[in-house]
Amino acid sequence: MRELTYSEAIREAMCEEMRRDPAVFLMGEDVGVFGGVWGVSHDMLAEFGPERVRDTAISEIAIVGGGLGAAMMGMRPIVEIMFGDFLMCAGDQIANQVAKARFMSGGKANVPLTIRVTTGAPGSAAAQHSQSPESWFMNVPGLKIITPTTPADAKGLLKSAIRGQDPVIFFEHKMLYALKGMVPEDADFTVPLGKAAVMRPGKDVTVIGIGVMVQKALQAAEKLAAEGIEAEVIDPRTLIPLDVQTLVESVAKTGRVVIAHEAHLRAGPGAEIAAVLAEQAIEYLDGPILRVGARNVPLPYSPELEQSVLPDVDDILQAVRRFWQSGVL
Amino acid sequence: MDTSKPLTQYPMELLAEMFRRMNMVREFELRAIEERHGGLIPGFIHSCVGQEATAVGACLALNQDDVITSTHRGHGHLIGKGGNPKYMMAELAARSPGYCLGRGGSLHMADFDLGILGANGIVGGGIPIAVGAALAFAIRKEPRLALAFFGDGATNEGAFHEAANMAGVWNLPVIFFCENNSYGEGTAIERCTPITDLVVRAAGYGIHGISVDGNDILAVYESVNEAAGRARSGCGATFIEAKTYRWRGHYEGDPQVYRSPEEIETWKQRDPIAALRARLLQAGLFQDGDLEELQGQVFAQLDEAVAFAAAAPRPAPEDALAGVYADTHNGLVF
Repeated sequence: MRELTYSEAIREAMCEEMRRDPAVFLMGEDVGVFGGVWGVSHDMLAEFGPERVRDTAISEIAIVGGGLGAAMMGMRPIVEIMFGDFLMCAGDQIANQVAKARFMSGGKANVPLTIRVTTGAPGSAAAQHSQSPESWFMNVPGLKIITPTTPADAKGLLKSAIRGQDPVIFFEHKMLYALKGMVPEDADFTVPLGKAAVMRPGKDVTVIGIGVMVQKALQAAEKLAAEGIEAEVIDPRTLIPLDVQTLVESVAKTGRVVIAHEAHLRAGPGAEIAAVLAEQAIEYLDGPILRVGARNVPLPYSPELEQSVLPDVDDILQAVRRFWQSGVL
Repeated sequence: MDTSKPLTQYPMELLAEMFRRMNMVREFELRAIEERHGGLIPGFIHSCVGQEATAVGACLALNQDDVITSTHRGHGHLIGKGGNPKYMMAELAARSPGYCLGRGGSLHMADFDLGILGANGIVGGGIPIAVGAALAFAIRKEPRLALAFFGDGATNEGAFHEAANMAGVWNLPVIFFCENNSYGEGTAIERCTPITDLVVRAAGYGIHGISVDGNDILAVYESVNEAAGRARSGCGATFIEAKTYRWRGHYEGDPQVYRSPEEIETWKQRDPIAALRARLLQAGLFQDGDLEELQGQVFAQLDEAVAFAAAAPRPAPEDALAGVYADTHNGLVF
């Protein structure tokens, strides 16, 4: 174990898998010479050469569709889409082709394709470079959706995605790239899909955080502890598949739940999680299932406007305190 | 395209196979339409009657390990590439032994063993996939190629342009095979496209362009042969425009208000199967009886295919969950 940033951990996962398996290659806009606009794939071109680290045109349809065709022919492509907002440019390939190829073909198509993409608001990037589009794809059966929040998870989950047989969208939060954490050096270290992580144990309230909101939930939990409220912070890590069992077990213990994500509140990932908990854990709940998310407007450019739209630590604190203020306790 | 090559220079087996497969395509479509009306087939049919020369001519110029992506009008492409009418008919009938276990239907039939990566319900959707397959061959330095079938309508989709650009810049072993039948669903090409000779689009992507009579199977075969040679020798992609015509509606039941019966009749006079038949007889290579025997084989095979499909089991309702993911994480993804 040694300390790496989230960005370095992702890079290490790609490099290890490319050394391990010649079928793995990386393609996308500016992943080679530029080293990735977020620097994630820096110097990979030097190690692996232009055949395996491929700079593409600004052609999201061809990047994703090309990845699909190569995956069907036995490669394990990692394709990078620069911003989550741009996934819609490749909408048909993702939702109609990649996700459904195995099913429609009666299992003939194998699609070990990893779509790496950035998500979330980096600050004043406005409405087309700041979105958290995870839940747009949760309604498309056939995809797996990963939202890593620590360097170790980013590495281990990405390696699982690359080694798996199914298409994955791997959402990298831009504000987590610089986050540091201990990461195993073992080249076979992986993190399984469908296993949530309990980031901080607690008995009074469950806070389910997605993406960058895990960090904010941990900060909120610190403050709540000072008030005598022990929050349990859970990171689902993968939205599809979703580790319902861990979520239900936590709610059974605490009786209260807040779901926090940076995606817009309406029909965000929290809506699905809330519905699942309502179906499977309602008898444990002592109050409403609360959600924290971005307000339902496009993300604005102005810092003042953006901050009023995006969820923050205070929004989590307010939600948690509602349980006590409303006399639910 | 130079089509002056005498018939005697083609192997007899190849010529017979061209004739047999073209007949199979036509008769498969007519039989499927009959069975659709008869209730065996629950879904839509977009028939390719009239376009047999493009499907069969192109596929017969490929190797078995070359791959194709197909379209909503794809039955001919499957048969051309060696698809088994039994499993095709069973898929159309939504039965378990069908090509896609009854999950795909007409628009998604695939047989990876034969290099058929799938028909497609999205216009242009298969083109980037073919380019990706060609990319895999290029990275692994395999002497294989990918051919994407698509219609004139698909050349107005972004998928075509992005994929053609990628193939051009990376010099990939791919053939863009455009069956220009003059109609994108119900809209005539001149009403939605500012050019009528689509082959000029090849130049925009730095790839070789060939224009060919899509109702002349030998011309189609030669064009794909040339393109395949270029692809295998590292000369990259080719765009082939084959002008042809579909005799029936966009789908069975299409009222076809957008074209005249006279126009359809004009093209029926250029029947690609009748044209090949005449040439084979004229060259003295085949007798009437030989060709009738080949047609007889087709009818017998189709009778067998329909009987197979009708008797085949239907999928169990719970089978629907089995095919979405390879790894379901103990059922968690559902």
